[in-house]
Amino acid sequence: MSQNPPALFAAREPIFPRRVSGTFRRLKWLILFVTLGIYYVTPWLRWDRGPNLPDQAVLVDLANRRFHFFWIEIWPHEFYFVAGLLIMAGLGLFLFTSALGRVWCGYACPQTVWSDLFMTVERWIEGDRNARIRLHKAPWDVRKWRLRLSKWALWLAIAVATGGAWVFYFADAPTLARDLITLDAAPVAYVTIGVLTATTFVFGGFMREQVCIYMCPWPRIQGAMMDPGTLTVGYRDWRGEPRGKGGVKRQQAAAEAIGRGDAVARYGVAVDKNAAGTRQARTGEALGDCIDCHACVAVCPMGIDIREGQQMECITCALCIDACDDVMARIGRPRGLIDYLALDDRPPTVPGDRAAVAGLAEAPAGHVAGATQPAWQPKPLWQHVFRPRTLVYTCAWAAIGVLLVVALFVRPEIDMTIAPVRNPTFVTLSDGSIRNAYDVRLRNKHGEARQFQLSLVADGDLRLMLEGGPGRSVEVPADATRLQRVYVIAPPQDPAATGQRSDLRFWVEDTVSGERAYGDTIFNGKDSADARHANAG
Amino acid sequence: MTDTRKIDPATNTETTGHSWDGIEELNTPLPRWWLWTFYATIVWGVIYTILYPAWPLVPGATAGLLGYSTRAEVAAEIERVALSNADLERRLTSVDLTALQDDEPLHRFAVQAGRSVFAANCSQCHGAGAGGVVASGYPNLLDDDWLWGGSIDDIAYTVRHGIRNEEDPDTRFSEMPPFDWMDRSEQDAIAHFVRSLSDLAHDPVAADTGAGLFADNCSSCHGEAGQGDRTLGAPNLADAIWLRGSSHEAILRQLGTPRMGVMPAWQARLGEADVRAVAAYVHGLGGGEATAADPSAPAPAPASTAAPAPAPAAADDPAR
Repeated sequence: MSQNPPALFAAREPIFPRRVSGTFRRLKWLILFVTLGIYYVTPWLRWDRGPNLPDQAVLVDLANRRFHFFWIEIWPHEFYFVAGLLIMAGLGLFLFTSALGRVWCGYACPQTVWSDLFMTVERWIEGDRNARIRLHKAPWDVRKWRLRLSKWALWLAIAVATGGAWVFYFADAPTLARDLITLDAAPVAYVTIGVLTATTFVFGGFMREQVCIYMCPWPRIQGAMMDPGTLTVGYRDWRGEPRGKGGVKRQQAAAEAIGRGDAVARYGVAVDKNAAGTRQARTGEALGDCIDCHACVAVCPMGIDIREGQQMECITCALCIDACDDVMARIGRPRGLIDYLALDDRPPTVPGDRAAVAGLAEAPAGHVAGATQPAWQPKPLWQHVFRPRTLVYTCAWAAIGVLLVVALFVRPEIDMTIAPVRNPTFVTLSDGSIRNAYDVRLRNKHGEARQFQLSLVADGDLRLMLEGGPGRSVEVPADATRLQRVYVIAPPQDPAATGQRSDLRFWVEDTVSGERAYGDTIFNGKDSADARHANAG
Repeated sequence: MTDTRKIDPATNTETTGHSWDGIEELNTPLPRWWLWTFYATIVWGVIYTILYPAWPLVPGATAGLLGYSTRAEVAAEIERVALSNADLERRLTSVDLTALQDDEPLHRFAVQAGRSVFAANCSQCHGAGAGGVVASGYPNLLDDDWLWGGSIDDIAYTVRHGIRNEEDPDTRFSEMPPFDWMDRSEQDAIAHFVRSLSDLAHDPVAADTGAGLFADNCSSCHGEAGQGDRTLGAPNLADAIWLRGSSHEAILRQLGTPRMGVMPAWQARLGEADVRAVAAYVHGLGGGEATAADPSAPAPAPASTAAPAPAPAAADDPAR
């Protein structure tokens, strides 16, 4: 009891990520534009399906229980297509995570994409890191209110558009858009937009990394999909450590390149100029490439220091790589101090043995060559991406994909399922013949009504009869299902009538197109288990 | 609380002191927004229990300020449906039943309504699938054998007035007298003859004797050939359907101590619309016969040339 216990709750530490440019930032922009573009534009694509079907290319038609995806139409009983796609998505996540770490988190996750968009808006209105820090500390005067309100207004506009785009996937977009404006749309549409607007606004604007760290299960699951061979954002500590402001010579080189003041201004971090060089002079220790400029920390949207090693918070967005590469270029060192690297890609040296890795540090990454080539070389990137593990994932992923595509092309346009009526299992007719009833579900996926001709294949002299009238054909309306009760009658002395159960196959044929489909079922005879049971009473 | 606080060297965070296989749990504070979210859910819960029915009390539950009630919603929903069906019900009450199946929407409505009427009122005896109960003598309504007639009007009449229901003057009534005064050998002979009518195993000599006895005692109701009489509800003894069993013993029992089914009259309880609805449903179960008066329809017959029944189960169902 000598000390106070630690606080039970902690406030969020505000993060002010700095603007950065570079390869990975460009990739992130690209993915942001593409994913957001797909999200917002898709519902507005039109697709002519003829008179009775919706003209929207991608439509989840919950009311009619249909899913339209361009030329593909999925019915509820074909939900295995969706299940297959979900399995492919899962395997895809395994594949990418085992090869490239949490790239989903870093680039494609909606939370990342919208947070990134919101941060861009924030930076546009309030300025970059330093300006935002100043504003954060400033009192709530008119200027701060003005900046904050305009930022929130823009965020809100994005959030409304986000929630608004979602509902268009579930109804005809132009009609719904009109209804939404005239306040004629269904309440569920407004509620959906409201909920998604609120979550987008709060998650993208205020919670950001908190969602990833405290709310999302993926970071914890994805960690289990990685192994020491996985490429992930890391710090080459054997090259960077011990970090320091750099030797006199290096600092001079840097100063010649950009000027120290410029570096300070760019990265908004205090550089202790007096410390530069003195440490080396004092300790006589050779310093690594890391000049401790904190550029990697300043740009990190998660607010972590990647130099401390792999952390759960890291979403491998690689903005720290861009920032560090920029600094390395400016101080005349090879890029890749922070890089996509694997944990097992370490030179076989004891920590601190700088002499052994000096040659590595001097040579540009990936181009260690010549007479000074050390025994150890990092594995080429492709060997990290193409490993047995990733190949197995790829094969499984591709196999399911091929199966789905094949299933898509071989599935019939007409379909039938048969359920024997089991209450009772059979009926004895007055002439002694045995009658079984079946509920036959006929599906017509064509855009116009079709006549379905039913027929029967069975041993013995079984006869088919449709409830509702003579004849054996049923009209099934366009793009609809029809339930038809069907009777099968076995003459009194037929083996099917006197026996237990016999096999039966129904065929259905589209009289126009000649398409056929069949379904197997059974015929219960007098001696079926139920009958014996009943007679025993 | 101990005075010795452990600090994890890697993160410089205090540990809780709990250790699993040498791994100690860090005592990391919860995010504060989580706390506020927790408070918000409590506030939400309190407001919710004030607005909506929540707290169970001895005489009931608190009603809530909004006056919301699922029961009232259901009642309103039922009322709405009843209102929208009122016109169909009115038409069903007045329509000629034999022409019902020409009016497709009305017919579909009748069959669906009849299905629930049957489930609530008829299934107790006739079974959920209308297959009857052989052991207790409740007729199978799916087959093509009808004691009192299987046209839709006949079925409706039976439902309306019942069978041997003494409270309804218009009920269908008949009685099989006990033939316990006969010699046992004579009863045996009749039973052999009755079994011979439908080609069941029998003693031909006894059956010959039985034929004479049958003609004298039974044919007045069951007919010369044992084909039965629907006006009397006398069963057809020459077909394969036996309500009370086809064994020699079962026939003897029915001869000596006949059992006859009783069915209540449903007119008063169901009302005309529901009686008609359930008649339409039962008629469509696969055994329904065309009305004899209808010249366009095939005559009542066994299933081999079975009369077309209406199509109650054939409902458009895009949902599945």
